[in-house]
Amino acid sequence: MSANVELQNVWVKFGPFVAARDINVNIEGGEFFSFLGPSGCGKTTLLRCVSGFLEPSEGTVSIGGQDMGGIGPNKRPTALIFQNLALFPLMTVWENITFALEVRGAGKAERRKRADELLELIALPGQGDKMCSELSGGQRQRVAIARALCAEPKVLLLDEPLSALDLKLRQHMRSELRAIQQQVGITFIYITHDQGEALTMSDHVAVMSEGVIEQVGDGNTLYNNPATAFAASFVGENNPFEGRVEAVDGDYAVVDTGSGRLRARLHSGAEPLRAGDKSIVFVRPEALKIVDGDAAQWDNTVEGHVMKEEFEGSLWHVTLSGYGGAPIRMSVINERQSLGHAAGDSLSVGFRADMAVALPHGPMAAE
Amino acid sequence: MKGIQAFFNKNGLVLSLFLLGAVGIWILLLIILPQLFMLDFSFRYNLPPAEIGGPMDVYTVENYRYMIFGSVNNPDAFNVVDVTVFLRTIAAAVFVTLFDLAMCYPIAYYLAHEARGGFGRLMVLSLIVPFWVNEILRAFAFRILFGSTGVINNFMLWAGLTDQPIDFIREDIAMYAGLGYAYILLMVFPLYNAVESLDRNQIEAARDMGASWWRIHWRVIIPYAKPGITSGCTMVFMLSAGALAAPQILGGPSSLWFTQIIYQWFNTGGNWPRGSAYAVILLGACIVFVLLMMKVFKVRLGEIAR
Amino acid sequence: MMQGNAGRFAWGVFLLIFFAYLFGPLILMSISAFNSATYPQVSPWECFTFEWFEVLAADEKLMAGLQKSLLIGFGVVCMSVPIGLAAALVLTQVHQRVRPLYYTVIVSPILIPGVVLGISTLIFWDRLGMMFDADYDSFFYSGTFLTVIGQTTFISAYTMLVFIARLQRFDPVQEEAALDLGASHVQTFTKVLLPFMKPAIASAAVLAFLASFENYNTTVFTIVSESTLTTVLASKVRYGINPSISALAVIIVVLTLIGATVHEIRKRRQMRAAAAEGLDPAVVNRAARATRFASPTAIMIVAITIAGLATVWMSRDYSVMECRAQVAEEKQRQAEERREALQAERQQQLQAEGAADSGSSQSGTADRGQSGGDGAYQNIFAPTNLQSQSGEEGAEEAGSDSGGGDEEQPYGNIFAPSNLEGGDD
Repeated sequence: MSANVELQNVWVKFGPFVAARDINVNIEGGEFFSFLGPSGCGKTTLLRCVSGFLEPSEGTVSIGGQDMGGIGPNKRPTALIFQNLALFPLMTVWENITFALEVRGAGKAERRKRADELLELIALPGQGDKMCSELSGGQRQRVAIARALCAEPKVLLLDEPLSALDLKLRQHMRSELRAIQQQVGITFIYITHDQGEALTMSDHVAVMSEGVIEQVGDGNTLYNNPATAFAASFVGENNPFEGRVEAVDGDYAVVDTGSGRLRARLHSGAEPLRAGDKSIVFVRPEALKIVDGDAAQWDNTVEGHVMKEEFEGSLWHVTLSGYGGAPIRMSVINERQSLGHAAGDSLSVGFRADMAVALPHGPMAAE
Repeated sequence: MKGIQAFFNKNGLVLSLFLLGAVGIWILLLIILPQLFMLDFSFRYNLPPAEIGGPMDVYTVENYRYMIFGSVNNPDAFNVVDVTVFLRTIAAAVFVTLFDLAMCYPIAYYLAHEARGGFGRLMVLSLIVPFWVNEILRAFAFRILFGSTGVINNFMLWAGLTDQPIDFIREDIAMYAGLGYAYILLMVFPLYNAVESLDRNQIEAARDMGASWWRIHWRVIIPYAKPGITSGCTMVFMLSAGALAAPQILGGPSSLWFTQIIYQWFNTGGNWPRGSAYAVILLGACIVFVLLMMKVFKVRLGEIAR
Repeated sequence: MMQGNAGRFAWGVFLLIFFAYLFGPLILMSISAFNSATYPQVSPWECFTFEWFEVLAADEKLMAGLQKSLLIGFGVVCMSVPIGLAAALVLTQVHQRVRPLYYTVIVSPILIPGVVLGISTLIFWDRLGMMFDADYDSFFYSGTFLTVIGQTTFISAYTMLVFIARLQRFDPVQEEAALDLGASHVQTFTKVLLPFMKPAIASAAVLAFLASFENYNTTVFTIVSESTLTTVLASKVRYGINPSISALAVIIVVLTLIGATVHEIRKRRQMRAAAAEGLDPAVVNRAARATRFASPTAIMIVAITIAGLATVWMSRDYSVMECRAQVAEEKQRQAEERREALQAERQQQLQAEGAADSGSSQSGTADRGQSGGDGAYQNIFAPTNLQSQSGEEGAEEAGSDSGGGDEEQPYGNIFAPSNLEGGDD
């Protein structure tokens, strides 16, 4: 049983401080949805609004079509997995897991049975009688999930659950969580600052910055068609070229930047750009190619001096210094053992117009 | 009010009522109202039950006036007895406080910095044990010790230090010793907490620079331990000034304690309003002392130890 | 701090004096409980006896007071533990700006002198009773009720401090987790918070009970016409001392030692458990620093037990009656000696005065007791002469102020009960 979650015109203010600004999001029932953004962007605030620990200053939160205003967290069909897990230290593992049943008055036998079932699900069979402190980080993670699932929520909320784990475990848990979600079939709302997590696990991602949703979309869309400067710079690596729009024709625009006049795609959903507007052209590192020979075959070319070359197995990363010393990063597939460039060499790189995006000027993600 | 509503939301109805009810009863019914009633009562005449609420039941400063000037038939300018007793009580309390401070500071310091693990804990325990013994019994023990046929006198007679038993009780020595004894724990622990948190390195550094040990204490440790000192001194002063059992048991005929006068007014004197007035004066003295300590040592009220 | 052997020696001396001051009175008082002398003393030592413990048990007033103390203690625990818990919880939730004021008000009862608390409680409920026109039998005037109320006022502050300390280690997110899983607020309280607070509740209850049991300043005003153990004790100490009080002290000291030992053992066990849970690194550190403490305590316990067994063993073929008879005999003998010594002195004095007076017609004083005046009547007045002199001496020897009224006894007040008890009132 799952339900959709809808946030309509949600504002959250703490005195003069606005934590969330006019949020409108529709999360489909049964999907894995992530809120992605740096610390302080407001994603935790929204999670607490959905779970019922925070009432929005304005706007409505609906779950399954029902307005949740004024309904406390213990009455909502949600379950929250806290960042520090908040397992009950004085209870055993199975008591923790079946707590939701205990408060509903279920008998001990019934609870024991359900605990065993869930322990199977999270691959910790027979561990029910241990104390939580005896388990490892990853195991405790899973107990927290089982505990939440036992409450049979329609929406499961996860607050940066993997941030305390080491890298390998994190990667393992990513696939585990996705698998559990698909098995159980309920809506997962996941918040994180790690875009790798968000993109690999989610059906849709909402990119947030400073209380505002910058863009909602699936991984592909976000990566290839960012709608705002922040989204473009936060998700993956991107090279920004700042400038002013010279001309717009159809789906493309020509932007006059410090590195020359660049032609790039316009984003259909973003604010329309007109001549004279400030704009940033974004190009992914893998879209940049070395120009040897005929520059004319490229839509755009940019000049720079080689700063360094880094070898990363399947890729070469070359950093150039472009106009004004701004770094330009490009990635080249490893087809030869050396690119043969020395530091200081001047280099021309080119890219296709449809591999670049021209977006309205705006704040970008911090490095 | 939004705050109240948030409180009820956070705790649920039942719990909120319990929390607010319990705290409300405590603060209002047990702490504030009784003090106000006592204050009010101290400004009334001592009327027999029949006349209370009647026309004679008006406010008056008579009781306070009595404390300072004595009865209307008083030949002296002031109520010499009561005023002297009051001042002496305060002075004695100050003396006991200083005595305890001087005695307990080295102990606290030793506990904090010099004593090794097991011995330190044994010391702590041995400090606590006498304190758990009833204060009456403690005073009684001192009575045995200091009485004319008491241990000390017997020892001194036997050792030939004196021909006659010394009347320690008449000389108030017994009482001061008893009072000092009673509050050792309350002085040691705030001091200990304060001194213990001092970084040893500071002491080492000072010693490195050639400071003598008493200078180290005076300039480094004591300023740091100020809150602990204030806390300990406040507690000991309040308890000494307000002590009743020790003066009753150990006090000689010439050393009446202010609390004993209050007790008399309630007991044999049969003048409750007057007793209340005296109690208010005692309370006032304590408040003044606390404020003084806070001002002089620049500490705030969050200094109560336990 | 003070370097070298001189420093260590000075420390040692100071510590010795300090601990003598700390324990001396208690030890001596405990010893006096076994001395058959009717006034508690360590020397002169008369006979070893357990009789004062029996006297103690037979003392009805004391027993009644004990019952009252237990009842009041129970009442105080029932009131001050919930109040303290509520106050601690409210402290965590109250608005930041109000917090200092709230804390000051809450903690003020500790600073208010106990007598003031007792008086204010008494007056408040007395006036309330008058307002409601209440019966004298009602609770408004009940010593038990008033004492429970009066003591709760400041003991709640103690329990609150205990709870605050425990609450600091509580992760409030647990409460959110419980709510989120569907628990009601009451369920969250009973299933998550209370189990965590259990150890604190236990210590707060013990603390409240002990504080109530030993309270005097407040109780003496609020108890009105009834009495608790401490008030009975206080009046006995002031008006009728005998070593049964020392006996009570011994019992209390032993109980305290046992209690302290048990407390120590439990605390060490708790620290080890906390270290295992890995909850608080500071706690773990402290646990690591705690060394073999069992040894000194164990030694103490063993020593006490051995002493106790030894006394029981030695008292097997030992009769108190015999000893007392011996002592009484001894006193008689000493009195005899003293009498004879006095007689000899008297003789000398008479001779000296006779020699001095026979030559003079006047003496300094016209005091009837003196032999001055008429040398011829010296001997007639001799007994009275004797009496006042020896009366003074006798009074001095026994150190008593109750000299008056004993002029009938020619040999001073050696056997007067008041002198035997040597009351220092």
